[in-house]
Amino acid sequence: MTGLAQLTRHRLFWPIVALVVLLLASTLKSHSFLEVTVRDGHLYGAPIDILRRSSILLLVALGMTLVIATRGIDLSVGAVMAIAGAVTLTQIASSPDPGAVSTVAVAMLTGLAVCLVIGVFNGFLVAVLGIQPIIATLVIMTAGRGIAMLITGGQITTVTSAPYKTLASGFWLGLPVAALIAGVFFAVVALVTRRTALGVLIESVGINPTASRLAGVRARTIIWTVYVLCALFACIAGFLQSSNIMAADSNNAGLFIELDAILAVVIGGTSLAGGKFSLTGTLVGVLVITTLTLSITVIGIPVNAVSLFKALVVIVVCLLQSPVVQHKLRARRRQAAPVPVEVPA
Amino acid sequence: MATDEMTVKARKQPEPKLTGAVHRSRPTLDRRYLPVLGTVVVLVLMLIIGGSRYDNFLSGRVMANLLINNSFLIVVAVGMTFVILTGGIDLSVGAVLALSTCISAWMFVHGWPAYVAIPAAILAGALIGWAVGVMVHVFEIQPFIATLAAMFLARGLCYVIAPESIPITDPTIVKLGTRWDLGGGWAITPSGVIALAVVVVAFVTLHYTRFGRTVYAIGGGEQSARLMGLPVARTKVLVYVISGTCAGLGGLLFAAFSSSGYSLTGVGMELDAIAAVVIGGTLLTGGSGFVLGSVLGVLVLGLIQTIITFEGTLSSWWTKIVIGALLLVFVILQRLLVVRRR
Repeated sequence: MTGLAQLTRHRLFWPIVALVVLLLASTLKSHSFLEVTVRDGHLYGAPIDILRRSSILLLVALGMTLVIATRGIDLSVGAVMAIAGAVTLTQIASSPDPGAVSTVAVAMLTGLAVCLVIGVFNGFLVAVLGIQPIIATLVIMTAGRGIAMLITGGQITTVTSAPYKTLASGFWLGLPVAALIAGVFFAVVALVTRRTALGVLIESVGINPTASRLAGVRARTIIWTVYVLCALFACIAGFLQSSNIMAADSNNAGLFIELDAILAVVIGGTSLAGGKFSLTGTLVGVLVITTLTLSITVIGIPVNAVSLFKALVVIVVCLLQSPVVQHKLRARRRQAAPVPVEVPA
Repeated sequence: MATDEMTVKARKQPEPKLTGAVHRSRPTLDRRYLPVLGTVVVLVLMLIIGGSRYDNFLSGRVMANLLINNSFLIVVAVGMTFVILTGGIDLSVGAVLALSTCISAWMFVHGWPAYVAIPAAILAGALIGWAVGVMVHVFEIQPFIATLAAMFLARGLCYVIAPESIPITDPTIVKLGTRWDLGGGWAITPSGVIALAVVVVAFVTLHYTRFGRTVYAIGGGEQSARLMGLPVARTKVLVYVISGTCAGLGGLLFAAFSSSGYSLTGVGMELDAIAAVVIGGTLLTGGSGFVLGSVLGVLVLGLIQTIITFEGTLSSWWTKIVIGALLLVFVILQRLLVVRRR
């Protein structure tokens, strides 16, 4: 009983329940949903598809988690993705040899450099000028797609380049390259934040920037760094997205991904008030959102109702996680078990 | 002697205070008006630049169109101002506006009269606003997330109601868009009049009612407002209802403007509304700003569009870049003002 109670109190309990329910519902509808087969030496199947499709959102949500942990928010990620695709593909398209690995590498480095500048700009507005994050990043969110269109000349730039296509469509050791890229970045960030003091420092800045600065934490540098990291992760997500369609579509690349990313972070139990973050939670949040989108078609919900269904799942998960409902659930449990040994949170 | 000194002192003492008070109130005006003044300066500068570069720019026709074409955005921005003044944010307005156009279009197609369809569309906006307010206040979900969920919900309902664009031919809605000639190129439509009326009502509500003062008080500090015994819960829910209602009304004005109900209307309009409110000098932290400033903000956004249309050679994406740059300038200016005040 107490074991179960503790389990339901875990902040990832409801998101994981949502994930399991979605997977179960999909499997009931299509029995081979969870089946993974080997075809041409690659793994195939819906679970692999979920992993591959999750990679873009995971990269964006990874940076977003760090930013939100410092009590910030980054609305510019979608626009940064568009700029990354525009810069890189324009350069590949204009080069004499689009298929060469060196061309692709140089173009991607240029894209990363441009996004680095945007990250530095966002970080400067927030960390140095002290502008509210939501409004500081709104600047690039508004102007960014305009800049991306300026770079591509208002057209959808398309390229044919085998090395660049590998990013999103390739397989390595039987697994999709995109998922591997996202997985490696996730592991690195998890190791660096949780095996060193960096994670705690980020959280301390999120709890109270002034106090942490007085305690000797370089609050300004840390805030600046998370915005730069967020832009860089968004840039890599932009590579994956543009590689997926082999085109730089400035209007639609990463459209509304900032909302999905923030949602994934919040579903994962990271509070928008900052000071606490969970990368595992973000991973679960990302999987919930991607599975939701994929299973909707499998379950047979009409395409028109996708957004409605998504809204309902989000509202239910958020309500279940809200302090009021949690409190009520806990109170009811205490009534059921007459020995109140729990320490009130 | 001693009493003389005392009387002299007593007489002298209030003097420096008095001059001090005079000195403090004399230079320029209240600091609260400075951001709005900045907006006015930008608006006038844009009018001067436009007027000197293009013929017919300062004509009644162009200025009247500025109001008529942006009437729906004015209404939406007014609602957004209420929410932002309490320190919240409403991302759902664009989707609610679309929902309102879809509901009215659907009801007209199915034979409902205007006096049922129009209140129904506005009521739908108010209901979604109420749901958001309850999520924000009762369940303590952050406004950003709650309104995001409402945005998905409203957009989802749009797709269910109107998967494809529905034309609106209802005479009442069409009448909203008819131009009344005022002479000299000046004209106004009923939607323009409605937008102005909404602005006046909002202005009076914010500055001359108890509710309005509570809105400012919550933005200044929710805890203090609660300790002062102000009705925080009711007001916080009500600002989202107001924003939803305004978005619903904005949807009807947009329907008159576009003569159709379509699920993809107003994508990204929440950003335009937020940008207009910020350019109009309202602080996103809440507690400081004016509804008239937001109207000026909408007019600035509209003027950017007008100038780019007049320029002709500039591509449409420059609108986004200029709005972003303007936003940056205003945000930095506001920040400098706050720092100097401290």
